[in-house]
Amino acid sequence: MTLLAFARGPALQAALLIMIAGIFWRLAGIFLLPPRAQHAAPRHSLAGRIGGGALMIVSRFIPHHTFWPRVAMSVVLSTTFHLGLAIILLGGAPHILLIHQVTGLTWPGLPKGLIVISSGLTLASMIVLLIRRITHPVLRMLSTVDDYLSWLLVFLPVLTGILLAGETIGGYGTLLALHILSVELMMVWLPFGKLMHGALVFAGRWGMGMNFARKGAAT
Amino acid sequence: MSSDAKAAAPPAEVPNAGQVAAAVRGFIADIGPTVALALSSCVHCGRCAEACQFYVQTGDPRYTPIHKVEPFRRAYEREVGPFAFAYRLLGLAPKITPDELARWQELIYDSCNMCGRCSLICPMGIDIAELVERARHGMFAAGLAAADFLGVLAEKEHATGSPFGLVRSQFEDMLHAIGRDHGVVMNVDKGTADIVPTVSSIDVKMYPASMAAIAKVLNHMGASWTFRTDGFDADNVSLTAGDRAGQRKITLGIVKAALACDANTVVMPECGHSFTEMRWEAANAFGEALPFRVLQITELIAEGLSVGRIRVNKVPHSATYHDACQLSRRGGATAAPRVILEALGVELHEMEDAGATNWCCGGGGGVALIKRAQPLMDKAFEIKQRQIEVTGVATIYTSCSGCRQTLEHGGKARNWNKTVASLLELVADNLKD
Repeated sequence: MTLLAFARGPALQAALLIMIAGIFWRLAGIFLLPPRAQHAAPRHSLAGRIGGGALMIVSRFIPHHTFWPRVAMSVVLSTTFHLGLAIILLGGAPHILLIHQVTGLTWPGLPKGLIVISSGLTLASMIVLLIRRITHPVLRMLSTVDDYLSWLLVFLPVLTGILLAGETIGGYGTLLALHILSVELMMVWLPFGKLMHGALVFAGRWGMGMNFARKGAAT
Repeated sequence: MSSDAKAAAPPAEVPNAGQVAAAVRGFIADIGPTVALALSSCVHCGRCAEACQFYVQTGDPRYTPIHKVEPFRRAYEREVGPFAFAYRLLGLAPKITPDELARWQELIYDSCNMCGRCSLICPMGIDIAELVERARHGMFAAGLAAADFLGVLAEKEHATGSPFGLVRSQFEDMLHAIGRDHGVVMNVDKGTADIVPTVSSIDVKMYPASMAAIAKVLNHMGASWTFRTDGFDADNVSLTAGDRAGQRKITLGIVKAALACDANTVVMPECGHSFTEMRWEAANAFGEALPFRVLQITELIAEGLSVGRIRVNKVPHSATYHDACQLSRRGGATAAPRVILEALGVELHEMEDAGATNWCCGGGGGVALIKRAQPLMDKAFEIKQRQIEVTGVATIYTSCSGCRQTLEHGGKARNWNKTVASLLELVADNLKD
């Protein structure tokens, strides 16, 4: 079995299995805990509370203006990284092809130039984010192995993807295998560490938005 | 970190193994999906530090809000979380040590006002202020509440219903004395009444005129009302200390007093945390929706103004208004004081960040009651001082006795030429005949 066949076959199956089971287990471990009933009369109707939840999912992408001077660097870097990643994943022709093969869905790919720029910005922002994590006193203190491992497991697919697109070094098959394997490593780790925030962020914002709307608190 | 603040926080006494176990039990006692989600979600972006006055003023990374609940998170991951077995097996969430718990006492109590500014910036939607409140439950269970004076006051409150040990007969005597001094009729322990006002123990000790003021306002409204000596002190120091049982006892005491006289409204005094507790938690402690409304006094006055039950004279002058975090950002009562100030004809000079993103005075969350935290509190106060000075006004109104006390304390320490005053008392002094 070639490395590519391994990556596309048993490795992919195992990674998918671990990722799906892990996500399910983690979400169940959180959301099957007994909820705390809220009996106080809310300030807003159910519709208002649902609106509050939905609004917070969107509004927390941009901090209140008063916070900007102190968090601009953090927001710009993380937004660049996340947007860049989304553009690569959803706009890159090979990824669209893969999604089409799996789901039947398809859409037009973005121009290759835009993908290249996005890839470069994503890679650069990740490197700056890492430097910041190591050098900023607060981030350095907060950081755990999970933070660095999660960074690495996202960085590797981005890096191998760029190398693959450019076909700069190594054979295409080997690079493709390495790219797929790096994605699979990320998939395996996803349920266990901070990468899970990709799912938890929406639940967290939704819950807080609903709760704050119930109280009429600032969002 | 400033040398003053560093010197102000002597290391807490190291707890024994039994206390650590009690803390862990306290941490994990009532974890539901909301708290579990919050404890699982942090991406360590560090933005909460930039919203926290203790970090902003000292630059000490230990004051990063999410870091303050680290023992709580570890207890969750190790004992309750979906991968708890793996965390224990692989040593990924080591047991909390006595030394760590001792160090965290300062972070969980002295350096957090539970003001919720950090909750407002968190991109993951983690209500960190709520987590700190829960973390204090564990610390209190372990006997690690900051004793001097917060823990001592909470203990007395739990035992007597008042942080100052005031019993019913003393409260009754005091109310009648205040009534005589201020020439106002005080209704006490009436059998039935529509409105039951409550007081803050800070008012009892520092601002008795505010109790006369609430009576004046209610009499002016022609309301059927009564103070109840079986549920009068709403301060709830137990909440900020982390004493769940005491918190519940105080809250249910007021609920029962209101039920006993068939009240349709309980009015909370000029106090932030007591409003949060009564407005949002009392029904949960009671186990069902309350059969009466809970209004903060400014909400009652704003409502009275809107329907013509309260009429005030115009007293044009310039002033600023300090939002109590629990009333405004956390409690949704931001508009009411501004409605009142407008009705009084006060020219309001808002501070930068007024309303939702305001800075705490520095004393909230029981910090004002922790003796060793005073230098740190004073550092935090400097932000508020700067913002008030920028407005250029000489008078600061607020609707929280705790904030009022902190602002007065901060001003006095700086020989400040500012007057800090109660919005309730301003209304009471300017009611139309």
